[in-house]
Amino acid sequence: MVQKIQLLTPNIGVVYSGMGPDFRVLVRKSRKQAEQYHRLYKEPIPVTQLVREIAAVMQEFTQSGGVRPFGVSLLVAGFDDKGPQLFQVDPSGSYFSWKASAMGKNVSNAKTFLEKRYTDDMELDDAVHTAILTLKEGFEGQISGKNIEIGIIGSDKKFRVLTPAEIDDYLGEVE
Amino acid sequence: MSIFEYNGSALVAMVGKNCFAIASDRRLGVQLQTIATDFQRISKIHDKLFIGLSGLATDAQTLYETNTITSGYQRLVFRHKLYQLREERDMKPETFASLVSAILYEKRFGPYFCQPVIAGLGDEDKPFICTMDSIGAKELAKDFVVAGTASESLYGACESMFKPDMEADELFETISQALLSSVDRDCLSGWGGHVYVVTPTEVKERILKGRMD
Repeated sequence: MVQKIQLLTPNIGVVYSGMGPDFRVLVRKSRKQAEQYHRLYKEPIPVTQLVREIAAVMQEFTQSGGVRPFGVSLLVAGFDDKGPQLFQVDPSGSYFSWKASAMGKNVSNAKTFLEKRYTDDMELDDAVHTAILTLKEGFEGQISGKNIEIGIIGSDKKFRVLTPAEIDDYLGEVE
Repeated sequence: MSIFEYNGSALVAMVGKNCFAIASDRRLGVQLQTIATDFQRISKIHDKLFIGLSGLATDAQTLYETNTITSGYQRLVFRHKLYQLREERDMKPETFASLVSAILYEKRFGPYFCQPVIAGLGDEDKPFICTMDSIGAKELAKDFVVAGTASESLYGACESMFKPDMEADELFETISQALLSSVDRDCLSGWGGHVYVVTPTEVKERILKGRMD
């Protein structure tokens, strides 16, 4: 099954907005980078380092001959020694650290919504609820476990994509 | 005669209570002829991380030599500086050991003729020591590690003198006695010793005089 949320390492996940094929190229490159880091230092790559590497690749594709820039923006989420982190990477190669963010259609509405709802002391469940509510804001049609994806990572440092059944459970709680 | 024994060396590292010590002899020889008596085999990577390189002196220097970018990419200090720049932090000893291991294994079929000893303070100042062979196979230990031409006598000396959880002062005494008594049983190493005792707050470096013959 084609998924929008992908794992880069066991503790880092990524989702995109934009062109699917470009995203898959970036995922492949990023996984290779992460693996190389792991082979050298025998420890998982820190989120900041992987994000920097991805951003460097994206920047290079804005400047090299015979290629076009990547048509995607990424949200990279991971948990390492520095705690939980969220990054946005743009096609230009610039990247930002967020506490909560949205991308794609309806960004501005979604971000306004997040600004109102986000608090620093949210539990993982609350964060999932807030994410669902944010997604609902600009969603055309009825949300179900089959037409959205949710990725979570807690202090177990294992990034996981929720199954449709789990999403349906959360949807039930939101309503 | 093995190329590892061409110059002669003795290296040892010991773990104490929230501290560690790393020591080496000071001789550089060409087989039985002594060339220098102030040779350095232990180098500082950062304030809480040291590496000693036993074996062929020329390869030890090549492996370590500071930031001369001209002659290659894989110098330990250079690689550590790049890491510091990229990640804005010092390397953990475990990480550094893996890096050294990877660098050595890159030359699997034409190795540097060195056996490193790595000692450092890691997260929460937990001491870490390890050694590896010339192609990077790590050997971790809780108590002490040895390397060099005097390694066999060092094993014996450490085995009988080492006690767990020594304080810095006692650790210095122990490692010095172990080193000095071991090099007396080895023709290729000796001429005094060089000892570093590292605690979370300070590094004590001492030069030892032994039997200077």
